[in-house]
Amino acid sequence: MDWFLQQTINGLGLGAIYALIALGYTMVYGVLRFINFAHSDVLMLGAFTAFYIAPKIEKLLGSQSALACIMVFIVAAALCACLGMLIEKLAYRPLRNRPKLTVLITAIGVSLLIEFTAQNEKVFGAAPQPFPQLLPERAIHLGNLVISSNDVLTVGVTIVLLVAMWFIVQKTRVGTAMRAVSYNQQAASLMGVPVDRIISFTFGLGSALAAIAGILYAIKAPGIEPLMGVQPGLRAFVAAVLGGIGNLPGAVLGGVLLGLLETFAGGIPELSNYRDAIAFGILILILLLKPAGLLGRSSVEKV
Amino acid sequence: MPFLGAKRWLLAGIALAILASYFTPQFNRYYLGVVIDVGIAIILATSLNLINGHTGQFSLGHAGFMAVGGFFSAWISLQVGGTANAIWYFPLALVAGGLLAAAVGLLVGVPSLRLRGDYLAIVTLGFGEIIRVVAQNTEAIGAASGLKGIPKLTNLGWTFGFAAITVYAISALVNSTYGRGFIAVHDDEIAAESNGVDTTRTKVTAFVTGAFFAGIAGGLYAHHKQFLSPTGFDWLKSIDIVVMVILGGMGRTVGVIAAAILLTLMPEVLRDFSEYRMIIYALLIILLMLLRPAGLFSFNFKRRSHS
Repeated sequence: MDWFLQQTINGLGLGAIYALIALGYTMVYGVLRFINFAHSDVLMLGAFTAFYIAPKIEKLLGSQSALACIMVFIVAAALCACLGMLIEKLAYRPLRNRPKLTVLITAIGVSLLIEFTAQNEKVFGAAPQPFPQLLPERAIHLGNLVISSNDVLTVGVTIVLLVAMWFIVQKTRVGTAMRAVSYNQQAASLMGVPVDRIISFTFGLGSALAAIAGILYAIKAPGIEPLMGVQPGLRAFVAAVLGGIGNLPGAVLGGVLLGLLETFAGGIPELSNYRDAIAFGILILILLLKPAGLLGRSSVEKV
Repeated sequence: MPFLGAKRWLLAGIALAILASYFTPQFNRYYLGVVIDVGIAIILATSLNLINGHTGQFSLGHAGFMAVGGFFSAWISLQVGGTANAIWYFPLALVAGGLLAAAVGLLVGVPSLRLRGDYLAIVTLGFGEIIRVVAQNTEAIGAASGLKGIPKLTNLGWTFGFAAITVYAISALVNSTYGRGFIAVHDDEIAAESNGVDTTRTKVTAFVTGAFFAGIAGGLYAHHKQFLSPTGFDWLKSIDIVVMVILGGMGRTVGVIAAAILLTLMPEVLRDFSEYRMIIYALLIILLMLLRPAGLFSFNFKRRSHS
């Protein structure tokens, strides 16, 4: 029982990160109908931004203080939001009306470009680097259970962001416009929604979430390196499909489920070697059994 | 006369292979290795071209099929052992590797080819990774440390012989009445379906055929490098092959072969810039998609226009 609860706690910490990344995938898919392969690299860049700015901010605001930590998150999220919008403007916008495959291949190209530029010795280098501790880490003991303060931080940040996201998408004008663009781009445009600006905003929002997820992931990971985003990125994508791509609550549900499943599988010795394959196994199953995802509505194809 | 074009390739390739084998002892070992690499790249690119180019699906798991074929044929060679009867069992081992890859392709293709574009790309990428993880955990093929001491059986003759067969078989297939289905699926799946093309079946056929030849290429690769490691078949290897197909122009056999040759020779020529190789690749992909989505080698003599 303790083992079960402990794995659940660890799984929630991981699942919260997947949920944040999955939200970015799902939002971009909602407005543009394509997988932004570069999303996982924005996550990596978020972690690296924090890596470089954290010492400077901590010098100003005090080492390992809550204020400095919040500032690191905000600055990294803002920088990555700009970067996400820049990628959209340079690489994806010129291809807006081209075949899907062209956009998809371009997205893979952008992803590879960021990864290999970052791996170059003159940029970040391929070797893993230790991530600075942003907040003092403590282990909270609850009976036989151990809860890391980092997991509490991760889950807390995720919940705050999810509420904020819900508010933006459901209650604000720009959120209404996002939903309109996702529902029918052409009709939204005719109703006076500035489609380009809304798509740009969506990319910014998704990238900011990815950056924050990247920092949270880096805190737990042993080190950061240019390919660190690939695995969580792929899993978060699976999470987005699992929940029903384009569906925001679905992405969160999928992320948490995937985090839990992966942690449980990692805890069973016979399965732990196959951990990397589990996410894809789930993806294949879900696409076979319920292609629209757990919360997605299946659409009828019109000819 | 579409068949004539394909047959010409087969004859030219086999003649080249025989000629090349005859002169093999006189070649410098390094150049010989590079030329064999080129031949393997041609098989891989041509077979992926059937899936990604002619049929318009997007597979990112070609290295996975290459791994299946490579490991299986290498395992057979190691079981049989020795180079004495190589001429008999080597082609059989290659074909067996190809057949297993095709079987895996069928297993992958039947569920995933109902999906389109983005989903298919991710699922095939996922299958490639699953194959890698399984290879890493299978003791019979060396698990994570890989398979060592594979006999060196690949030579110019086998490589270009199989390259010629691949190019011939795929051109002939695409140019046959049945093969028109591939192009129909590529151009407009819904229209193809309403004209009686069994689209899923056509896609699976393309996928299985492509996987078969990728498996053969994997076998040639295994007996060329004499060492196989599961990590050598990760998704970057698949990307390499995808770039060849994109650069050559999807669905253009000659262009894809030219791109396979070019991209295999490029890193050898640009050894000093090896750290920039992948950056160049990535820029190449983006710029091609923005400026020349039909491929680098598509000038005015295109045979059919793609939408």
